[in-house]
Amino acid sequence: MIAENVVFGIIAAAMALGAIGVVRTKNVVHAALYLVVVLAGGAAQFILLGQEFVAWVQVLVYIGAVIVLFLFGIMLTRAPMHPKDSLDNDLRWPAAVTSLFLVGILVGLLVHTFHADKVDVQRPVRTADVTSSIFTTYIVPFEVVGVLLLGALIGAVVLARKD
Amino acid sequence: MSHLLALDPLLRGSVTWSVFVVVVIKVAVAFVILLVSVMLYIWAMRKVIADMQNRIGPNRAGPYGVLQTLADGIKLFFKEQSIPNSADRPVFRLAPYLSIMPAFLMFCVVPIGGTVSILGHQTFLQVVDLPMGALFILAMSGLGVYGVMLAGWSSGSKYPLLGSVRASAQLLSYEAAFGLAILGVLIQAGTLSTHEIVAQQSWTNAWSFVSHWFWLKTFVAFVIFLVAATAETNHPPFDLVEAEQELVGGFNTEYTGIRFAIFYLAEFMNVITMSAIAVTLFLGGPSGPGLGFLARDNVLNVWVMPVVWFVVKVLALLFATVWVRASLPRMRYDRLMSLGWKWLIEIAILWVLVTATVQVAIVEDWNRLVAASIAVGAAVAAYGVLYASMPKSGEQIEEFR
Repeated sequence: MIAENVVFGIIAAAMALGAIGVVRTKNVVHAALYLVVVLAGGAAQFILLGQEFVAWVQVLVYIGAVIVLFLFGIMLTRAPMHPKDSLDNDLRWPAAVTSLFLVGILVGLLVHTFHADKVDVQRPVRTADVTSSIFTTYIVPFEVVGVLLLGALIGAVVLARKD
Repeated sequence: MSHLLALDPLLRGSVTWSVFVVVVIKVAVAFVILLVSVMLYIWAMRKVIADMQNRIGPNRAGPYGVLQTLADGIKLFFKEQSIPNSADRPVFRLAPYLSIMPAFLMFCVVPIGGTVSILGHQTFLQVVDLPMGALFILAMSGLGVYGVMLAGWSSGSKYPLLGSVRASAQLLSYEAAFGLAILGVLIQAGTLSTHEIVAQQSWTNAWSFVSHWFWLKTFVAFVIFLVAATAETNHPPFDLVEAEQELVGGFNTEYTGIRFAIFYLAEFMNVITMSAIAVTLFLGGPSGPGLGFLARDNVLNVWVMPVVWFVVKVLALLFATVWVRASLPRMRYDRLMSLGWKWLIEIAILWVLVTATVQVAIVEDWNRLVAASIAVGAAVAAYGVLYASMPKSGEQIEEFR
């Protein structure tokens, strides 16, 4: 278990550095690339937990699609090459307070929910188990998310079309 | 060991030194094989196209010019690597590697032979048998767009940026059809592991290539996969990425020396990897008749014949890609987009629905023929309605004015 804790620490540190990079850089493309580091770290943590399905879906959906669309959007509009000062502002202290507040809430929620539960990392979850729980136990949330996404998609089309 | 690898991606269970050595050997051998085959593929492509165009082709370096690619590589290695002043240096340096990594990683899940024993361990002839092999293929092909996109952007000039926006739009558009075509196989196979998919297409009798291999059972998905994979690898007739007469050279205009060579390598490595994946998913991978006059566990039947079958099938597909490259002119951009969005994606979705219906019919023990014909009829009707509601090309142009 020690080796896993060490690896977890290294990946977590890389994710934290990437997250700081996202908000600190003044180049919007670099920010997107730092975000890739954070998301890839998340996928690596899932593999560390033996959750391969979630890990590869994370790579496929977030890194392979969401960030690619971010970059695509950036390149279709201005494609800024040089750092812009307008990406920064003077709200550092309020931001720090907000993020501390958020950390408090998340830590509190996680501790409250899981207490001393241990994840059984020795027995990886198979894809079939994940999918059957999505399509049986969690079918209603799954469908609701589907409808929500469809609504967002149609909304985006309506907003984007001028006529 | 194979099962250990399949269930334990981190090798947590008893890892002895021999397991470690086997993994290292497999990775090294796969890497070298891929590089050498890219070298030979580029040479063979130039030779075959030269033959088709009644030219001689490379014939100076080595017998029949077979060392031509190596010579080009060495030359590019020693050339000056210039970086434009306006380039974003770290990203400019990173982009070629982002391009080549997915191409190699994708090859890792392709089984190239049967089950063999190395150092007393039973293992598959593939670098790793991920339980999510097919998902891994999709994830890696999704990452392939980064290299192209960032190379064009970080060059800091107009033509590469235009080339990379165009290329990424193409890759994103065909990604959907590509994934849906793979889904057609996954529904029939009922597994995501490439080894399991190949095992289901094993050679049991002389008609296995019709009854067991997936190409006929998922014929529509097979055709869509071939078209989408051609577009994903920027291979002619979909090579709009490097339309010289419009874009100078596309996303890699500003690249020189070994960085340019890496893009070149990545492009052809992608073609080989995609052919290998097509063979794995649709053409039975390493399955094929063994040598009947030898025992089943003879070293020739265990080690050699599966690899030979795999190589023969991949070579056939690679020859077809060269053939296409030599015969088809480049597509116009709007036609490329309309093929991807108006034909391939819809047909792929409808085919997935048909496959799922037939699969349910098999599980529920309905009459398969009736279920299949109703599903196909409904799919054709649905596509007819979709097609009728699409704006015709004339209307569309009118609308944009």
